[in-house]
Amino acid sequence: MMRRSIGERIFDYTNIIFLVLLSLVTLYPLLYILFASISDPTYVAQTRGLMLFPKDLTLEAYRMVFKNPMIITSYINTLIYVAVGTTINILLTSLGAYALSRKKVMWGNLIMFMIVFTMFFEGGLIPLYLLVSELNLIDSRWALILPTAVSAFNLIIMRTAFQGIPDSLEESARIDGAKDFTILFRIILPLSLPVVAVMILFYGVFHWNSWFHAMIFLQDRELFPVQLILREILIANDTSNMTTGVSSVDAMPIGETVKYATIVVATVPILCLYPFLQKYFVKGVMIGGIKG
Amino acid sequence: MENLEKDVKLQDKPKSNFRRKVGNFRKDVVKDFKRNKIIYLMVSPVVLYYIIFQYGPMYGLQIAFKDYSPALGFSGSPWVGFDHFIEFFNSFFFWRLLVNTILLSFYTLLFAFPAGIILALLLNEVRGRIFKRTVQTITYMPHFVSLVVIVGILFDFLARDGVVNDILVFLFGMEPIAFMREAEWFRTLFVGSDIWQNVGWSSIIFLAAMSNIDPSLYEAAKMDGAGRFKQMFHITLPGIMPTVVILLILLIGKFMTVGEEKILLMYNPTTYETADVIGTYVYRKGILESNFSFSAAVGLFKAMIAFTLLVIANGIARKVSDTKLW
Repeated sequence: MMRRSIGERIFDYTNIIFLVLLSLVTLYPLLYILFASISDPTYVAQTRGLMLFPKDLTLEAYRMVFKNPMIITSYINTLIYVAVGTTINILLTSLGAYALSRKKVMWGNLIMFMIVFTMFFEGGLIPLYLLVSELNLIDSRWALILPTAVSAFNLIIMRTAFQGIPDSLEESARIDGAKDFTILFRIILPLSLPVVAVMILFYGVFHWNSWFHAMIFLQDRELFPVQLILREILIANDTSNMTTGVSSVDAMPIGETVKYATIVVATVPILCLYPFLQKYFVKGVMIGGIKG
Repeated sequence: MENLEKDVKLQDKPKSNFRRKVGNFRKDVVKDFKRNKIIYLMVSPVVLYYIIFQYGPMYGLQIAFKDYSPALGFSGSPWVGFDHFIEFFNSFFFWRLLVNTILLSFYTLLFAFPAGIILALLLNEVRGRIFKRTVQTITYMPHFVSLVVIVGILFDFLARDGVVNDILVFLFGMEPIAFMREAEWFRTLFVGSDIWQNVGWSSIIFLAAMSNIDPSLYEAAKMDGAGRFKQMFHITLPGIMPTVVILLILLIGKFMTVGEEKILLMYNPTTYETADVIGTYVYRKGILESNFSFSAAVGLFKAMIAFTLLVIANGIARKVSDTKLW
């Protein structure tokens, strides 16, 4: 049955070789950062071309990262933004998605239209900035949480998932006297855990990786998330704050490896999370992309 | 709607046909509200969010037609009509910004979008499940890495003494290139790094669409003697076409806002010539130079074009196929 022609066999092998190469190209920059962060700074500075292995393993760079008050503060800030932001996101999105997935709600379609419309037309950066200043949210943690409290895209994904739950479950709960809040939290949400997990991933990653709103809404360095500090280190190439207490001779190369260690610390938590949710977000993306 | 109800309250005279309809409508509203009280309570924070943080800025867009000063506020600032738009259209930067925005979007559409489809097609042909799964997990990974880190890696790898230059010098003995400071490299790097970061992620949706294709179609094709390439071109590709069209429409809707945050991280004055787009210009004029009204006008111009493109794309999709967004 499965006899393959020569052409097909050549295709299969080329395909596999290509995919292996693609995987290597994808992985290498990330591995490079990991290797550089645990290698001896002088070795990293002297390496030309591809670095294939870490050498003279040392955790010195990580020690520097965790001794640096600025990084610690920003890391804690990021955790706050992720935790509070995502909680509010999930709460509002599931409430909205539930309400808008009900059928006999007179204004439901109008509200839905109002939400979807913002996906195609928006006020834009400057009016948002002025609004946030009017609301006195500049230099407030809320500036990173409230303006992105709901994502229309995610709300649509969740609404579609809720709509797919058979009505009979809800009806029998109503006969038992359950009201909407009970139905949402006791029946709908527990049945939609995969979608909720995807939402947590999407919103969480968004907060974890976001830096632009922090840049325009915050001036107080005590409130900066870790991405904004990373931006200073990586893009503005300013490691001077990183190596306080190191003699100037050693400062340069150590600064380099501290840079890599900071990237690892700021990136690894997310990279550890997503493979577990992989099978769910395929579904999530599908729903959102098609019905959106 | 509120006005309608007010009108009804104002005049309490009896019965034209229209008035009866309004009366029924009012009854329906009350009935609906009574029945769905909790539903409306639940959706109220969402509605509030959209009114404040989405429609609030739309209301604020009026400053594009005013000379906004923070002291006078939104409503107190004097109207100036289309002055800011005319200033922008006549400015030295207008064409450069427009061309840069369109080209970066166009190249992304031309290269990054098909890349996802091609990867999905290739993955779909892989037989080993574990191998397929591994490749997927690896290629999804960069999507979850922050833009700051991605651009940081670009700076690091593409520096004069970075990995890429090391290899080029070793292989071809050429002079190191300061990639991130060369305007002619910007578009390539922007689109290339976008593909590197997102090709895996964008293949997901096409793979999902492929798994929804009716297997009996493949069986029938095999019966008719179609090989795998024939199946790929005559069953798999047409099978994912609706998905492709919808994603294309959505992408065209984002045509004017391509990767502004990434450009802000990547560009510098030496690359403005090819890198500066409308969105980044709005940021510099508005946030950095506090030129609020002018930059709001530029932003509105961008949003209007984006909206028009979306409507046109949807219209075309409606004509040529059954697929449409609305």
